Amino acid sequence: MASDFELSFFVFVLATFLGVEVIRRVSPLLHTPLMSLTNAISAIAVVGSILVAGQQKTTLSTVLGTAAVTCSMINIVGGYLITYRMLRMFKRSGKDGR
Amino acid sequence: MIEQIIPLLYVAAATSFILALKWLSGVATARRGVLVGVLGMALAVGGTLLNPEIVSYKWIAVAIVLGSIIGVPMAMMPMTAVPQRTALSHAFGALAAALVGTAEYYLRAPGIDRFTMGALALEVLLGFLTFTASLMAFGKLQEILPTRPITYRNQNVVNLSLFVFAVAAGVALVVSPGTTWLFPALGGLSLVFGVLLIVPIGGADMPTVISLLNSYAGLSACAMGFVLDNHLLIIAGALDGSSGLILSVIMCRAMNRSFTNVLFGAFGQVQASAAAAGEERIVRSATPEEAASILGAAGSVIVVPGYGMAVAQAQHKVRELFDTLTKLGIGVRFAIHPVAGRMPGHMNVLLAEADIPYDRMVGMEEINSDFAQTDVALVIGANDVTNPAARRDQSSPIYGMPILDVDKARTVMVIKRGMSAGFAGIDNDLYYMDRTLMVFGDAKAVVGNLVKELAAANGLH
Repeated sequence: MASDFELSFFVFVLATFLGVEVIRRVSPLLHTPLMSLTNAISAIAVVGSILVAGQQKTTLSTVLGTAAVTCSMINIVGGYLITYRMLRMFKRSGKDGR
Repeated sequence: MIEQIIPLLYVAAATSFILALKWLSGVATARRGVLVGVLGMALAVGGTLLNPEIVSYKWIAVAIVLGSIIGVPMAMMPMTAVPQRTALSHAFGALAAALVGTAEYYLRAPGIDRFTMGALALEVLLGFLTFTASLMAFGKLQEILPTRPITYRNQNVVNLSLFVFAVAAGVALVVSPGTTWLFPALGGLSLVFGVLLIVPIGGADMPTVISLLNSYAGLSACAMGFVLDNHLLIIAGALDGSSGLILSVIMCRAMNRSFTNVLFGAFGQVQASAAAAGEERIVRSATPEEAASILGAAGSVIVVPGYGMAVAQAQHKVRELFDTLTKLGIGVRFAIHPVAGRMPGHMNVLLAEADIPYDRMVGMEEINSDFAQTDVALVIGANDVTNPAARRDQSSPIYGMPILDVDKARTVMVIKRGMSAGFAGIDNDLYYMDRTLMVFGDAKAVVGNLVKELAAANGLH
């Protein structure tokens, strides 16, 4: 069991450093889309939610899991859609005939 | 067989998320980034649905449909509402993590090993506090709640002890996971702490707070990864956590303040009276007609938008002004301060929505040296980020904050409703300079008038 956690910690540390390096390069112009995209990505909690909702071990866990899947899906659908919508608005000068 | 496929799908999903953020670095590749992000999520959800532990899909299907139905209108909100929408989605994300944590606890207690219990306590603590804190932030941004900071005596003592109690409950659960009454206490304390954390925070600090909540929501998903021993969750959560962290650091730097100062400082309360005591100072004001003739004669203009532009919904009128000036051969650019607006990048999205090309939006560091060679700096709804006191007045509460060097432009024009102080509650020296002209009125109406005057004087339309 201890080695599982050790591995998990390694993954966490490496992912954090990778995240910092990748995100530092995001132009300040796109900080709002960045936040809505990472928000959609953090809806990865849907994985745990689906498992809890689908295992149907107790009524409580099924109810909580179903609510959690709903919350996560709101963020997945809403987050990706609005990020895409925002990015579509960013245009260079001169492209639309001006 | 399926047991081998699922981890592969998860690895592909994690790779997609990393690529998504990498491609978001520039406008040219950003849309591709979103699409690969969607792919990653589809792989993650698909892989999870294959899990043989799932005995029934009924409630999952119901939840997926329900969530999608709510999610679509959440994505169709107007761009002016993006900060509050973001706060709301932080709340949903955090709640999901907290609910799963709660379910896991009651499924596994008392046979939880200490390490898992520690991660679980962290997941629930962060999840529930981010949930209520984000709802509070939503309320303030939507102006359902008062946007001014609310302070009372011993506020920090109350907040801190609440937090200590919550952590203590978590630690006690780690020591003896079977103490089931402690779990609701942990959840309850976290919920209350989340509310009290945001109470003393004012509107202009929202960019930092929203970034911080973004980070917490990610970290609670990450903690869930430790509980479930799922590396995909850890990676995605860590990416979100580091993104929120970087943004909060950028926001804090742009205000020359520390995290603790933002969270526990309750800015802008006391200073107002001290500044008002000075002598009567002279302000020059101009009519839109006069302002338009100065703009029409300029060779270069830098527009400085702030939250006031968003409040007045003036961005489309600003775009008309941009078009008119461009037609007259005047170079127009937009200077964006990192904390302009209510969330990181807020101004860029608003201007992009109004069809202003993104290559005309320039960040503070890049544009500051250009103000001295600029004929007119036009300030629309920005205040503290243009206050020269930040550069020279050591007694000013905003001393040291990086500002846009608007005062160096040949002429400064400020569109403002009245002479009220900015968020920091201090007077802006900019308004009293010889070369500053105040154009009083609602930003949308004033900019509309400027466009009309310019068009009439130059025979456009």
